[in-house]
Amino acid sequence: MAIEAQSVGGEISETKPTVVGGRAYARRGRYMRFVVPALIVILAVIVFPWFFTIWMSVHDWQITQTQTFTGLDNYLSLLSDQRFLESIVHTLYFTVLAVILPVIFGVFSAVIFHQRFPWRGVLRAVFIMPMMATPVAVALVWTMMFHPQLGVLNYLLTSIGLPEQLWVYDQATVIPSLVMVEVWHWTPLVMLIVLGGLAALPTEPYESALIDGASQWQMFWHITLPLVMPFIMVAIIIRTIDALKAFDTIFVITQGGPGTASETINIYLYLQAFSFYNIGHASAVVVVFFVLIVILSLLLLYVRQRTLWAVSR
Amino acid sequence: MKRIIELDLGLSRRAALQTGAGAAAMAALGAWPTRAQGNFDWQRFKGESIEVILSKSPRSDLLQRHQAEFEEMTGITVGAEQIPEQQHRQKQVIEFTSGNPTFDVTSVSWHVQKRLFAKGQWLEDLRTYLEDPEMTSPDYDAADFSNAAMVYATQADGRIDTLPQVIDYWVIYWNKALFDAKGVPYPGTLDGVLEAAKALNDPDNNIYGFVARGLKNANTPVWTSFLLGWDVDSVDAEGNLNTTGPEAVAAAKLYQALNQNYAPPGVVGFNWNECQTTFSQGNAAMWFDGIGFAPPLEDPEQSKIAGNVGYGVVPPGPNAQHSGMFGSGMGVSAFSEKKGAAYYYCQWATDKMNQARILEDGAGSPCRNSAYENQQALANLKVPMQWVDALVESGKIGRPGLPVVIPVTEFRDIFGIGLTNMIGGADPAEELEKATEQFRPILEKSEQL
Repeated sequence: MAIEAQSVGGEISETKPTVVGGRAYARRGRYMRFVVPALIVILAVIVFPWFFTIWMSVHDWQITQTQTFTGLDNYLSLLSDQRFLESIVHTLYFTVLAVILPVIFGVFSAVIFHQRFPWRGVLRAVFIMPMMATPVAVALVWTMMFHPQLGVLNYLLTSIGLPEQLWVYDQATVIPSLVMVEVWHWTPLVMLIVLGGLAALPTEPYESALIDGASQWQMFWHITLPLVMPFIMVAIIIRTIDALKAFDTIFVITQGGPGTASETINIYLYLQAFSFYNIGHASAVVVVFFVLIVILSLLLLYVRQRTLWAVSR
Repeated sequence: MKRIIELDLGLSRRAALQTGAGAAAMAALGAWPTRAQGNFDWQRFKGESIEVILSKSPRSDLLQRHQAEFEEMTGITVGAEQIPEQQHRQKQVIEFTSGNPTFDVTSVSWHVQKRLFAKGQWLEDLRTYLEDPEMTSPDYDAADFSNAAMVYATQADGRIDTLPQVIDYWVIYWNKALFDAKGVPYPGTLDGVLEAAKALNDPDNNIYGFVARGLKNANTPVWTSFLLGWDVDSVDAEGNLNTTGPEAVAAAKLYQALNQNYAPPGVVGFNWNECQTTFSQGNAAMWFDGIGFAPPLEDPEQSKIAGNVGYGVVPPGPNAQHSGMFGSGMGVSAFSEKKGAAYYYCQWATDKMNQARILEDGAGSPCRNSAYENQQALANLKVPMQWVDALVESGKIGRPGLPVVIPVTEFRDIFGIGLTNMIGGADPAEELEKATEQFRPILEKSEQL
């Protein structure tokens, strides 16, 4: 109880030694009145849906049919569902590329835009424009650009003597092509985050390094990169969350195709829930996906903590 | 069991051409349908307001454009909303399942939703309304609907839960200039389609003999429509799957041969929009799809082949000649508290005048015979008369292009993946076997309870 009282502010901490018995309950009761509305909202929009999802996941439930309790059958069926297992692989493949590439390009462009040169402000504004576009509109434009016979991408390739590509119209190249859209769309976000980090860096280490005769590359590798790493980690976490939940771009451009080559967990889940109306099966997918995300988030947070420790050390 | 549905349009090719030629003069005589006010009380539900959700389409644009006319005539206030097709279907199912839908009227895709809606009993049976002279205007004339449309609108138990709006037939669009340049005639058989595609295929000049949907799910109607040429429905009236027999394999081999050898690279990811772009830019000699794409193909601003498009009826297969048929109607929610006003809206939306408007706008193929006899609609037609000819002829050989089962989306998805694999070189028989094994338990389960 004392810990709870301490946690709400300095004023309470000062009075803590005098708070005993009934007065403490009365005080807590007064605080609870302020907490209750938030508690109701959390119960209604987070806790209840979660319990309901878990409840649905242990039932065989299809539209127009009654629900039957099936225990863990929906989960067990996922283990042998080749399409679901492939969707996990597709999701991870897409996520890794859609995180690493924007981070590399974003850091690189942030370093460039951190330098002083003419028209820097205008070019920065132009660079961040893709980020402001609506994902569905972006996807529709890229769909036209990807068209193997009439798209501008193959026109550009053939203009410089390179062979035409099938882009999203081939099972082997569909995910890298979708990642291209993500890179174009979200590199500016990484650039902005890292640019903020670069602007906050102290100048003293660079002055010392210059006196010691360090090269530009050595200063970047041994000073800039370690100091800006916490910002890069923030960008990686945001990009990972974005890439894992990517749906609109993939759905608009390929709908998970060709075949199931770009069917990520989100697309698979959408089909099961809203096209096939397999509510129980889809709910089991949600729970498994949630567990995967939690594991990945813990891993990222652990790495972030290690990064902070390394910097402070 | 064979399920052939003939569209009795009451209009021969010659009659249609004559009609077209004399259309302007006839229009002056006032052939446009009118709504007889007579003793029918259109104001019976005056003051009520209804909600309507429509699938996004040119037909829905048309209804919204003329909505004020309905509101003025009936005194009913309409809140109409258009929703993209897939989301529209999801919204319907989710809201009907909740037992408290927010809408009173909705459009329904027969080829996807008919069986599901029947099982859910989500729509009002309109037979009593149609038979009630106080609810149905004397000039509504339900007998004017084509036989095909009424059969499609009628459930297995005899309930009529939608009023017909449009029927879409699959046809072969062909590039006349490319055919003429090589002296190739329009194919007379399905095998002839393959031969024509081979003769016209010229990849070095970026011209391909054939294009059709390769994207999974979207591609399944291409195969099922071919299968009708073998006189076989993918799922028959008794619920038997006919997807592994020699006919199914032969139709799949035709699909594979056309798309693997004579379609543009990347067709495996093509939906109708990529096919339309390829064909309209003169890069494909033939395109097999629904008949509703004529307006953009004939628009010189969108199409390089405007004025050069042929509209061909699906040629006969080894055993039969059928055109895959898809369609939609308008229904009243069984949960609505304003069923009378909602029925009035459906009645107005599918009456002779609005059906003629659909034809006039080229917004689809109306279900009423009278629309094709409407002089003004034909005079104002935005597409060539050959389109009407193809429509009339297809109507005579129309047959549902997709099975009337609840899990039709899963059917399309599972077999669509198999067809996609075939384009990549997989064996048709093996792919069909695999897809059938996967789909069979889903179909059986859907009919339980």
